[in-house]
Order: sequence, then C-alpha cells, then structure tokens
Amino acid sequence: MSARTERRAQAVAVETPFRRFASDFFESRIATAALAVFAVIAFIALFAPWIAPTDPYDLAQVSVLDSHMPPGAEAFDGRVFWLGTDGAGRDLVSAICYGLRISLGVGVMSGVIAMAIGCAVGLAAAYFGGRVDTLIMRIVDIQLSFPSILVALVLLAVLGKGVDKILIALVTVQWAYYARTVRASALVERSKEYIDAASCLALGHRRILFRHLLPNCMPPLIVVVTVQTAHAIALEATLSFLGIGLPITEPSLGLLIANGFEYMLSMKYWISVYPGVALLVTIVSINLVGDQLRDVLNPRLQK
Amino acid sequence: MTVFIIRRLMQSSVVVAVMSLLVFVGVNIVGDPVDMLINPEADQAEIERVMRDLGLDRPVHEQYGYFVVNALQGDLGKSFIFGEPALQLIVQRMPATFELAIAALLIAVVLGIPLGVIAGLRPEAPSSKAIMAGSILGFSLPSFWVGIMMIMLFAVMLGWLPSTGRGDTVPFLGMQVSFLTWDGLQHLLLPAINLSLFKLSLVIRLARAGTREVVHQDYIKFARAKGLSESRVVLVHLLKNIMIPVVTVLGLEFGGLVAFSVVTETVFAWPGMGKLIIDSLHELDRPVVVAYLMIVVLMFVIINLLVDIVYSVLDPRVRLQDARA
Repeated sequence: MSARTERRAQAVAVETPFRRFASDFFESRIATAALAVFAVIAFIALFAPWIAPTDPYDLAQVSVLDSHMPPGAEAFDGRVFWLGTDGAGRDLVSAICYGLRISLGVGVMSGVIAMAIGCAVGLAAAYFGGRVDTLIMRIVDIQLSFPSILVALVLLAVLGKGVDKILIALVTVQWAYYARTVRASALVERSKEYIDAASCLALGHRRILFRHLLPNCMPPLIVVVTVQTAHAIALEATLSFLGIGLPITEPSLGLLIANGFEYMLSMKYWISVYPGVALLVTIVSINLVGDQLRDVLNPRLQK
Repeated sequence: MTVFIIRRLMQSSVVVAVMSLLVFVGVNIVGDPVDMLINPEADQAEIERVMRDLGLDRPVHEQYGYFVVNALQGDLGKSFIFGEPALQLIVQRMPATFELAIAALLIAVVLGIPLGVIAGLRPEAPSSKAIMAGSILGFSLPSFWVGIMMIMLFAVMLGWLPSTGRGDTVPFLGMQVSFLTWDGLQHLLLPAINLSLFKLSLVIRLARAGTREVVHQDYIKFARAKGLSESRVVLVHLLKNIMIPVVTVLGLEFGGLVAFSVVTETVFAWPGMGKLIIDSLHELDRPVVVAYLMIVVLMFVIINLLVDIVYSVLDPRVRLQDARA
C-alpha cells in the first residue's frame, strides 16, 4: 500500500520534457492570457452555429428593416444587437462568429497543407543533399525574394476567385518557409548518431525521414506554424478585402470589413470596426503565443 | 566575378521565362483567350481580325512565341476600358506609386532609427518597452484595417485630413508629383504613414538590435573614455555603425513597398499602379493585369539581381559560396 503511494508520488515528481515545456510557457502571463484568448476564439469558430444568436445568412432570420442599427439597439422583436447590424440587417455578433469560422478555417487548413508539403520537401533536401538540395533551395530562395502579396496576386489573377483558389495561393506563399525551417534543423539532426544508427539497421528512407528525423525537427517548426498561421489569416483578410480572395458566399472577416468600408464615411463605423477588432485579437494572440514559444523552445536561451 | 554575374543573369532570365509562361498559360489555356483578350462588345468580323492579329488561330507553341516577341517589343496589349496600350497606362501611374513608396520609406527611416536607438540604449525602460510593443502591433495589424481606422479617425471624425485621392499635383522632373503642394502633401500624409507602418516596425527592430550590439563594442567605450559627449557618441560613433544593416534591408524592402502599395492605394483611392491592377482585376481588363504582373516581376528580378551583385562586390564570401554550390 505504502509502496504504491510512494511510487505514485515519484511518478508525479518526474519531470517530463512536455511538463517542463508547459511550465516554461506559462511563466509569461501575457502568453498565458494570449493562449486563453486564442482558445476562446477557436471555440467560437468551431461552434459558431450554436453560439451565434442568429444565423446571419438565413434570410428568414434577417430583416432589412433592422439595417444600419447602431451597437446596443433593439430590434422590433425585442432582440438586442450588441454590436449593431450591417447594411442588410444582419446581427454583427453572429456575422463575426461565422466570419471567424471561415477566416480561421482557411488559415489553419492552408497552414496544414503548406506544412505537409514544406516538411516533405525540406526533409528530402536535407536528407539527400547534393543536386536535389541545391535545386529545391534555389526555388525556395527565389520565391522568398518576392513579397507574399505579389505571389498571391499573380496566382489569383491567373486562377480567379474561390475557396480552393485562395487555398492554393496561401499554400504557395507559405510552403517555402516550412521547407527552409525543416531543412535547416534536419541538416543539424542528420549528422547525429541516432540517424547513423538507423541507417546501419538498414531502415528504409521513408522510415528514417518521417519516424526518426522529422520528430526531432519539431521545435523550430512549431514556432513557424504559429507565425505562418497568423500571417495566412491576415493575408486572406487582405485579399478578401481587395475583392480578389474569397467569394461573397464565404463571408470571412476580411469581407465583413470590406462591406463596412462603404458606410464608413457616413459615420456607421461599427460595421467595419468590430470585425476588424476580432481579426486583430486573433492575429495578435497567435503572434504572442508564437513569441513565447520561440523563447521557450530556443536552446540558446535555455537555462 | 564575371562568372557569378553570368550565373545570376541566367537565373533571373529563367525566373522571367517561368513567369511569362505562367501568365501565358493562365490567360490562354485555363481561360478562353477570345473572351479574355477581345472586347466583348466587338462584332464577328472584329473578333476574327483580332484573333488573326494575336495569332490565336495558330498552334499553342507559336502563340507563346508571339506573346514573347510582342512583350519584348513592349507591346502587352490594349486596355479594354481605356483603349490605350496597357504598358502606357501603367507607366503613367508609376510616379504616384513611387512617390507614395518613397514617402513611406522616408517616414520609416526618420522615425524608426531614433526610436530603435532609444529602445536599444535603455532596453528595460518603460518607454523602450512601449516602443517594442508598438512595433509588435505594427507587425501584427493588417495594414488595410489600420488604413480604414486612420480614415475614420483623421478624415471622418476629426476632419483634419482628406481621405481619398492625390490632391493638387505639379510637374517635377517631367512627372506629376503631389509632395510640392500643400494640398498634395495633406493627401499624401495618411497613405504614406499607413504604408510605412510595417517597415517602421522593421527599422525599429533592426536599429534596436544594432544598438544593443554596438553599444558594448570597444570603440564606443573608447569614445566615452575620451570624454566625448553622449550625444556625439550616439549620433556619430553609434549611428554610423548601425546604419549598414538598416540601409541594406531597406534597399531590399523598397520593392516590397511597391507591392504592398496595392492595399494602401485601394483603401485611400490613391491613383497609382496598385489601384489600377485591382480595378482591372474587377473589370476583367486582362491586358492591364498581364502587363502589371510582368512589369512588377521584372522590377523585382532586376532589384534582386542588383542586390546580389552589390553584395558579392562588398562581400566576396557570397560569390565563393555560390561557386561551390
């Protein structure tokens, strides 16, 4: 009995790498708050249809009579529009919830695809070296010498509008960053003994690459994931605002802001301002989490 | 050296060739070139004439040849909307965009370097922390939304500055510029600040990092030991040494300002190249879109090539590394 409790106490006291990482991360109060804010935003985005007071795109629930209501105004049926309504009479709280869902969805999905492509390409470059490496890194360098908005502009001008097209544009903009990061850390890891050991065991290329090399390249990759996701969300909003990103049927935050822009000059500020605040809080909270991750995961700063 | 330049020239031409192929495929294979290149209001005889002129009745590889030959002669088609050569339209708008980009660059340098140096000299002071928090915001905020907020605050609510357009312009060195008239300057201020915010944050970070590194060097200690005044140490000895990375990065970033002016010009209705391409995309004015993309990509390729060559002159390690790769 006592032996068992003792063993359990020991198990609790053992410091796993993850637990050390977590306690380092939560040392910063700002980063903890940012992570909490991001969790709330992600929750809203995931469960928007159940959280939002109304469905802003269900014509039965929207009345043009309610258009341009200022924040806090009451509808005829007694509902309160806490953040006001837009030009078509949609409740802005609901529109923002749905907008977050689309903005975050597109941002995260493009990040995942870009990471998969970037990791595969970067690992291949580091592992095989030689000509493969030179060719891949030349392409990466050339692409990174163009600003992301120009690359996106070229692709969208050629491809046109649509969710799939903006995903292609966002993935193309991001993959090179992942490839470069993974290659850099894989080059360091490749010369270590466990990779030699794996090669001596005659394991296949794929197994060594994905089961041995990739997991050890994770720390810098995690930082790039946060920074790039924030960047992708901002870029999508910018492109949608310019009217060359998502179609009008996918009202992301950028489109909501663009809709409100025309009412700005007549002092109906809320239609543009509140979706913008939601976008801002999302991007800043992801960036703050990323900043803290960079500090925690940086081996040079470790005590 | 010559070998290095030739290699880089070849690489640049490959990029331009790939780009022209991408644009050509986009316009001619993905979409229907007859719809895209010929004015929809043209009658049947006109359509056939233009198709012959553009060589659309030829096989694809010959069509690409026509496209390249025309592009090399500076003929990138006529705008549907304005009825003028697309290249000429873009060249007309260039001064406005360059004026905006240069103004933004000046703001970034004039404000960014002092702020960065202050933050670097006393990293723990509250003012320095405020500056760094501001620079994080500058990186995070989407610039189109900041532009909207600036219009709301300074143009709509306070009524201090105009919100759209370029104001009065006067000819200067053969171009129309607005920074020489009071009205033009008022119009320039908000868009220029908006465009500069991102670069301003970058300059602050560079100047701060440079200052923190340089301030511990022996020559700064020596200058202080000599009894020089603090202002002389900072303004002469420190500033000179942090300028090198700042100037290099800014040279590289000028092209980025021109590309990002697409956003600022749309928000502030600034009549430059960026607004032209967004309008043309909306109005399906394909020749202008193609011409803009080709010109801007060419501009970037030339900037990158020049930067590479200047680097290799200044730092021989770059070209040695390149030769080995």
